[in-house]
Amino acid sequence: MRFLFKTDYEDDIKLFPHSGYVFSYGLLLAVLLIAPYVLSSYLMSQLVFVCIYAIVGVGLLILTGFTGQASLGHAAFLAIGAYTAAYLQQFNVPFPVYFLTAGLLTGVVGALVGFPALRLQGIYLVIATISFAFIVEEILARWESVTHGNEGMRVKTLYFLGTAVPRDGPTFYYLCLAVLVLTIVGSLNLLRSPTGRAFVAIRDSETAARSMGINVSLYKVKSFAISAAITGLAGVLFAHKLSFISPEMFTLQLSIEFIIVILIGGAFSLHGAVLGAIFLVMIDPFLTYLKDDMPGVIAGLAATLGAGTERAAHIQDAVAAFASANGLKGAIYGIIIVLFVLFEPLGLYGRWLKIKLFFQVFPLYKRATFKRQKIYVKSERNR
Amino acid sequence: MLDFVQQLVSGIALGCVYGLIALGFVLVYKATEVVNFAQGDLMMLGGFFAFTFIGMLGLNYWLGFAGAVAAMALFGMLAERVVVRPILGYPQFSIIMATIGLGYFLRSVAGIIWGTDDFKIETPFSQGVLRIGGLVLAYDKLSVIAATIILCALLYLFFNRTTLGTAMRASSENMLAAYYMGIPVKRVVSIVWAISAAVATCAGVLLAPITFIHSNVGLVLGLKAFPAAVLGGFGSIPGAVVGGVLIGVIESMAGFYLPQGWKDVAPYIVLLAVLLLKPEGLFGLHVRKKV
Amino acid sequence: MSYFRAENLSLHFGGLKAVDAVSFAVEKGEILSIIGPNGAGKSSIFNLISRIYPPTSGRIFFEEQDITEQPAYDIAKLGIARTFQNIELFENATVLSNLLVGRHRHSTTQLWQELLFLPSVRATEKVHRRRVEQVIEFLDLEPYRDKLISGLPYGVRKVIELARALCSEPKLILLDEPSSGLNVEETDDMSFWIRDMRSDLGITVLMVEHDMTLVNRVSDRVIALNYGRVLAMGSPAEVQQHPDVVAAYLGA
Repeated sequence: MRFLFKTDYEDDIKLFPHSGYVFSYGLLLAVLLIAPYVLSSYLMSQLVFVCIYAIVGVGLLILTGFTGQASLGHAAFLAIGAYTAAYLQQFNVPFPVYFLTAGLLTGVVGALVGFPALRLQGIYLVIATISFAFIVEEILARWESVTHGNEGMRVKTLYFLGTAVPRDGPTFYYLCLAVLVLTIVGSLNLLRSPTGRAFVAIRDSETAARSMGINVSLYKVKSFAISAAITGLAGVLFAHKLSFISPEMFTLQLSIEFIIVILIGGAFSLHGAVLGAIFLVMIDPFLTYLKDDMPGVIAGLAATLGAGTERAAHIQDAVAAFASANGLKGAIYGIIIVLFVLFEPLGLYGRWLKIKLFFQVFPLYKRATFKRQKIYVKSERNR
Repeated sequence: MLDFVQQLVSGIALGCVYGLIALGFVLVYKATEVVNFAQGDLMMLGGFFAFTFIGMLGLNYWLGFAGAVAAMALFGMLAERVVVRPILGYPQFSIIMATIGLGYFLRSVAGIIWGTDDFKIETPFSQGVLRIGGLVLAYDKLSVIAATIILCALLYLFFNRTTLGTAMRASSENMLAAYYMGIPVKRVVSIVWAISAAVATCAGVLLAPITFIHSNVGLVLGLKAFPAAVLGGFGSIPGAVVGGVLIGVIESMAGFYLPQGWKDVAPYIVLLAVLLLKPEGLFGLHVRKKV
Repeated sequence: MSYFRAENLSLHFGGLKAVDAVSFAVEKGEILSIIGPNGAGKSSIFNLISRIYPPTSGRIFFEEQDITEQPAYDIAKLGIARTFQNIELFENATVLSNLLVGRHRHSTTQLWQELLFLPSVRATEKVHRRRVEQVIEFLDLEPYRDKLISGLPYGVRKVIELARALCSEPKLILLDEPSSGLNVEETDDMSFWIRDMRSDLGITVLMVEHDMTLVNRVSDRVIALNYGRVLAMGSPAEVQQHPDVVAAYLGA
């Protein structure tokens, strides 16, 4: 086990507590940088989606994880970012300009949503954000002069500094990765500053936050704006990656997926956003694997275990039928959510911390270290 | 004028269905302060059960109806036992997420079992209309309204007049204290889930003649019932029904008088407006945290 | 004129008069205790001062400034900090970040500077960190610096709440039952700290307290309250012998 001896106040402020962190994150970055030369184009494309989902995850974490304001409307912010990009692109606005404009505009919309949300708590806030997302979806479908309604909009290839950045190329991946890294660094900076601490204070006790001089309303609006702006930036990348956007892409389903990202990753740390994004995006390749390879594998297994050829073929068909059943993805989503809530409420990152601690203190690990405290329902209506 | 009344009645009928689903939301919320996002899907499942009993096995309508309600009550208890019980006492957000997961699962399984087609249940109210002057009112719509009133009254009496109802209200206020007072909190929660699944089934079966049953109907209607419950203040049984009716009427009026597209968003716009003016809903209580 | 002054302060909930035309003044550098039976309106007075409730009527002055209409978050900025009866800490954060929140009223950095963590932010953060360390030292909290609040025992949390209030470098501190839930030893420590706060840090103290030993030990003056009204005011000994106070406590 490593003991840290702090000799300077700087030690409590810096991002990497010790050299081990620099090494492991450096290694991770190196792996990510050479990924395009190693992975197949399909996996590269998934990796781009991981970046985009992770950016949204970071945005959502700031609002939900750190400020404690639930939102089931983040798909709408993503949509606003995406449509801003697609709209401005028609007038040959350069990428950096519409990228930042999209972030700014979404941030303003986020702040506007934040104002009415000030008086709302818990479940009322959830329904208000859902309503907001529905209204945005409907506006996108009806405001045909700008959004082309349900026909959707085509998004042209990205041009950056005069060169084309095709959506399947490694440069686009590097761009997404860079945005992700910058978002994470910015968020970490925020979290170690007064603003980030104010967010956490509001999450844990609004009364105490107020009595410590925190303007709760102002900081809630700030949190909404920052979260929305980050999601808007992700929206621009999302639009470019898909090269076509239409209102039905930005439904409640997508908002729920974003929540799943932070739930599965772990809603208490930025690591959670990235891990959750990896998990969520990789469900699709996993399903493809289930459909294509699983039946053969299981049939082979059955054959070696002594089942006849005919029997094995039968099993193969049965497994194939199951794996390609309509809506299997939904069932898998459902089971994953329930399992995580029941058995790993701290998410993947929480699991990682547990494993790490297990080896650090081996053989003295106590399961109770991470035991959740039951609080039971004391009416939250009295908040 | 006749158009208006016609629209009003069909709005009220639709609103009653929302109200019935919203009742389920409110029941679970009242007893456990959990918002059950799978409520609409329980309704969908109830509809499919009834369809299986009536349409596929050829049972009598009332028998099938009762069978579906009973089966769903059991299913509600099962869902509570498996998904909610282990996390009782943990933050609300966890339980809400668990019910979202449950909803996904139910939709998908229903899709796998019954397919993705639309189904219709033949009911005694499917045909026939009531004529009052020039007004034509379909029985199926009237049946929904009547059933809602009856169910609502029964539940209201149950909560306010019976010991079990009082126990439920107590455990919603403070679960631990209720437990110490000898209320079997776990069983109470289980019963609440059974009742809300049963109410959802009623909604599903009554709905069948108006809309078809398909695996996504729960999600679509659940998302309308949710604002209904919020509009009503999310803890009030009459509030849920009033909220449901309001949403139904707004929707049907917007569909008739406003340009296309308004129908789907009008309820949400009204909801946002109400929340802005009265953040605790129309019938909600606003109490402050004590420090 | 006095340092802090409440004039005819009232708080009515419907027919219930939680605080009924209470007037009192606190002198600079004084330790003033408010005592009274449960439900006498002691905490309500604190909640009025820190603007959790708006008063039904009456005015509050601090350093000759009318603060009755100030928003709640401005009260702290004026230099009035408080603790809570039932502890309102930020449960899922470390002790250090709890204390740093106490520094909030001194933070001057802008959002965009924080996003980039400019050298100016770094510099102010170090200042905050140093001040927090001084409070940690003052209250002997060194062993708990990096611990999460949710895992700490009640007595420690009570001290951390005091520490958080001190981190804001207040001029006036409101302590809501500082000794409730503490054992004899911890109460002893608390009484030393309260006196040190005044003598070393120059903070004026207004406190609500049930423990008469603590009240006698630290207070310069005492106000006795019952049913939202002032029964008696004066030195600890005077107030305790006042017939109305005796009656209120013994239920005559």
